[in-house]
This record gives sequence, C-alpha cells and structure tokens, in this order.
Amino acid sequence: MSDTTNEEKMDLAPIETPFKRIWADFCQNKIALAALIVLLIIVCIALFAPWIAPTNPYDLASVSILDGKLPPGSESLSGVTYVLGTDGAGRGLLSSIFYGLRISLGVGVMSALVALVFGAIMGLAAAYYGGRVDTIIMRIVDIQLSFPAILVALILLAALGKGVDKIIIALVIVQWAYYARTVRASALVERSKEYVEAATCLALSDRRILLRHLLPNCLPPLIVIGTVQTAHAISLEATLSFLGVGLPITEPSLGLLISNGFEYMMSGKYWISFFPGIALLVTIVSINLVGDQLRDVLNPRLQK
Amino acid sequence: MSVFIIRRLMQAILVVWIMSLLVYVGVHIVGDPVDMLINPEADQAEIARVIRDLGLDRPLHEQYWYFLKNALQGDLGNSFIFNEPALKLVVQRIPATFELALAALGLAVVIGIPLGVYAGLKPDSKISQTIMASSILGFSLPTFWVGLMLIMFFSVMMGWLPSFGRGDTETIFGVEFSFLTWDGLTHLFLPALNLSLFKLSLVIRLARAGTREVVHQEYIKFARAKGLSQNRIIFVHLMKNIMIPVVTVLGLEFGGLIAFSVVTETVFSWPGMGKLIIDALHNLDRPLVVAYLMVIVVLFVFINLVVDVLYSILDPRVRLRDLKG
Repeated sequence: MSDTTNEEKMDLAPIETPFKRIWADFCQNKIALAALIVLLIIVCIALFAPWIAPTNPYDLASVSILDGKLPPGSESLSGVTYVLGTDGAGRGLLSSIFYGLRISLGVGVMSALVALVFGAIMGLAAAYYGGRVDTIIMRIVDIQLSFPAILVALILLAALGKGVDKIIIALVIVQWAYYARTVRASALVERSKEYVEAATCLALSDRRILLRHLLPNCLPPLIVIGTVQTAHAISLEATLSFLGVGLPITEPSLGLLISNGFEYMMSGKYWISFFPGIALLVTIVSINLVGDQLRDVLNPRLQK
Repeated sequence: MSVFIIRRLMQAILVVWIMSLLVYVGVHIVGDPVDMLINPEADQAEIARVIRDLGLDRPLHEQYWYFLKNALQGDLGNSFIFNEPALKLVVQRIPATFELALAALGLAVVIGIPLGVYAGLKPDSKISQTIMASSILGFSLPTFWVGLMLIMFFSVMMGWLPSFGRGDTETIFGVEFSFLTWDGLTHLFLPALNLSLFKLSLVIRLARAGTREVVHQEYIKFARAKGLSQNRIIFVHLMKNIMIPVVTVLGLEFGGLIAFSVVTETVFSWPGMGKLIIDALHNLDRPLVVAYLMVIVVLFVFINLVVDVLYSILDPRVRLRDLKG
C-alpha cells in the first residue's frame, strides 16, 4: 500500500497530491464529513474501550447480580451510576457496548481486509491471465454470488462451528467474490491501456506489472467496495451472533448483547436490546455514508 | 438452446453434489450427537447399541455413501430429536416460510410503489426527501434488531399485535395458512413488515428512478396533451411502465427473502424452515441440518436455473457467450 501511494505522489507531487484533492472533494459533503467524524469517534471508543469505559463489565469482582436490570440513569447499591442501565447479570450497558464495539469492529474490519486482499489477487489473476484461469475463477464467483450471503454464512458456520476465527473465515468466504468481480472488471479495462503495453514491452515481470501497475489503478473501486463490505460484515456478524451460530458467549459483540436483551424485553426492559442496537446502527450508517461519498469522490466520471 | 439448457442442468447437478459433500462432511465434524441423545445413566452396552443403530460407528466416507444412496431415493435420514423423516419435517415447514416471504413481498410493493412514485413526481419536496432518507436507513438497519423493536413497540408497550407464532390457521388442500383468519393476519403482519423492510427500500428506489425516467417520455406528454386526468396518467400510463424493472428485480430477490426469513422467523418464533434450522443447529440434530441445507440448495439452484434459462430466451447473447466460453 505505501509503495503505491509513493508512486502516485511522484507523478503528481508538484501540482497537488491525489490525497489532498480527494480530501478536499470529500469535505464538500457536510453529512459525509459528520459521518466520518462519528466513525472516528467510534473507532477510538473501540480501540481504547478498557481505558474509557466507566466500569469493567467482565471483571467478576465488581459486577453484582443485585444490580441487574437497572433502568438507564439509575444508581446501583455500590453507588455507581449506570447511564444506560444494566443487563440481566448486572453489567453496565455503556461499558458493555464499548467492549462490544471492539469485537464487532475487529471482526468486521479483519474479515473485510482479508477478503479484500484475497479477492483482489483472484480478480487480478483472472483479468491478467484470462482464458481458463479466468473462466474457473469467475464461474466460482458466479455460483457463489447466486446464493444470498446469509445462507452461505449459515452453511459454513453449521460446518465450522462457533468462534472468532471461524466467523472471520466464513465472512471472508462470503465476501471475497464481490472484490474479485470488482477488481476483474476494472483490471480488464486497465489492461488494454498503453501503460500496461509499455510495461510489457519493457519486459517487466508479471508480478511487477500486476502489483505495481495494474493494482494501483484498480484501487478506487476497491476502496469503495471495501467500506461498504465492512459495514455489511459487521451487520452480518451481528445477525449470525444473534442467531446463536456466530461468536461464542465469551466474545460479547453487539449482536450478542442485543440477543441477551431479547428475553427481558417481554417484561418491558427495552434498554438491554435497544442501546446496543443503536450503537450498531450508528456504526453501520456512518460507514455507509462515508462509503457513498467516497464513491462519488473517487469516480472519475463525476469529476469536472 | 437445448445444448445451453443441458450444460446449465449439468452444472446445477454438479453444484448440488458438491454442496451435499461439503454440507455432509462439514456438519459431521461439529459436535457429538451421542452425548446429547443418550441418557447419561446409560451403560456401555446401551451406548454402543444406540451408536450402531444410528450408523455412527462407520467411517465417514461409508456414512456419506449410504447417505447419498438414500438421498437419491428421497430419504435424508431421521431427525435425532423428532424421530421422524428429516425431509418430511423440512417440507412441512415450507408453506409457512413461503407465506411469510410472499406477504413481505406484497407489503414491499403495496407500500413501496406509492412512496417511490410520489418521490419521483415531486423530487424536491420535503416529504420526498424524508422518504429517500428513510430508504437509506432501511438498507442499513439490521433486520433482527428492527424485529425486536417492532415487538417492543407494538406488542409489549402498545399491546396491539401478538409477537410470536402463527395464530389460528385455515387448512386448504392439507396446507395451513395464516392469512385466511383475522387472528392469523394479526400474527402475520409484524414478521412480514420486518422481513419486507429491506425490499421496501429497494422498491422505493426502483419506483422513484423509474418514475423520474418515465415522466419525461413522449407518451406521457402526449397523454397530457390529450387532456387526460392526472390520476389516469399516473395510474395507467406511468404505473404500467415502471412495473417492469420492479417485477424483474423482485422476482430475483424472492430467494433472498426466503434466506433472510431465518432471522425474522427466529425473532417472531414463526414456525417456518428458518426456525427449524436454527433449533436443529442448537440441538446438533445432524440429519435435520443436512436436510434443510439440501432443500434450500436445491431450491436456489432451481431458481437460478429458471432465471438463467429465461434470460437466455430474452437475450440470446448470454447463451452464445456461454457456449463460446
């Protein structure tokens, strides 16, 4: 990644770096900018959860079942005020959400990154080599994309079982096809351009042409798909965890927090499911808004 | 044409076979059903007998071969928990899931098209902007959480609608339906609304895009010049023309609704296929899990096959490209 940005900078440095231009364009949409700020705050919360959470929900010494199911804003027996209330076991919801964001974002970002790398390699290979390689890879992509993501994930998790590593594997397998298809489409366009011909004439190695010439030019659509798919991965993980086939209860992501509140909801204790859901919603919406704006900014056809 | 259909059919059978292998081997690596099914106080002889009865003592490839032979005759084994043929259990649940999916589809069309057409006719009004903003929200909201909030609001706080089950059902041709009784309808409404939310956003966007395109067409101008009433232009001339893309996309999305009903059925305890698979996964009921996955794989392969064949009839280029490739 750092190599490619350097290369781009060398080309355009005297006038205006692409990063500066993209940033200026991005800032024109106030909603997207606000979404980016919200997203950064969420990422910070996820990164620094153990230091900023008011209580540690998984420290058995400080959690008491007597504090269970307290409504938002109430004070516990030990004198701690729970802004968003507590869940059935007496864990503070605000702190649980902070820790949950950590797991949800971690799983989402990790699976999207691995899927991006794997899908991009497959897509590039399909476009560059063509012929049989292309046919086989794209046939697999077609077949996989003809099944809904949640179904593929369900089949995989039925086979793999529960666990952080397993859900990441399942999400990667569900998502790589989107990246492969996107990269192949833009690589096919790029491949027929003169600069690739020039590179081929210079007798550069396949690997060099693929990674240093084709890949950087396929990056914009890849980044857009990457953001949207990260949001998708987070939502899918929450859904699967809610269904009880995703993460084990030792890794309480937002989906599991919502699922825990389900049983208390019938007695009117809405907050246990409500607040983690809001956190999930804000995360997904802000990623989607940032992704939308990135799509507009990175699309060369929309630029004046 | 027939070459194309045969090739696609062979490919479909290949996909089903590979899936059966993956599903069977995969499901048999997870968990040990013996621990669950046998009385903890049973002695060694008893345990050995049950393992032999269930065929769990043979090597995996032998078990798979046995499974495949039976599967081709429509026998996917007996459920460990219900002690009934697994395939029968899954097939029994199909009508409930289809009813839910069709109701969701209906709601998406009935609510989505008027909103989308309105947003397309008056793109700058405040109401239209609100509609479009909420359709973005519809894409982002996690289905299961919306379901919980619907129960919270309509069932727990307001007490207007029931929150789980199918309610009273009416039997036609030996199949139970909820939408024929008032009680069943009240049970159907919330889950259908929940399931339709995503498609609703999609329909709004399609209807809006279609409307904005169609209003500038010559035939609308002509209808206006003829002095037809605004209502007639919208309901006859405009509606007919925006329905084509909407119907195509919804047809393709029906499979997605069936898949996503797993989530809605779990939230609302709707007794369809999705609820069955989640329960089976929790109970490690292997034959049932395998039967569900095989039914759904066959269903999807079939839907895709039909779509492919229809496309190749509508657009011969698809067929020719495939034959070359």
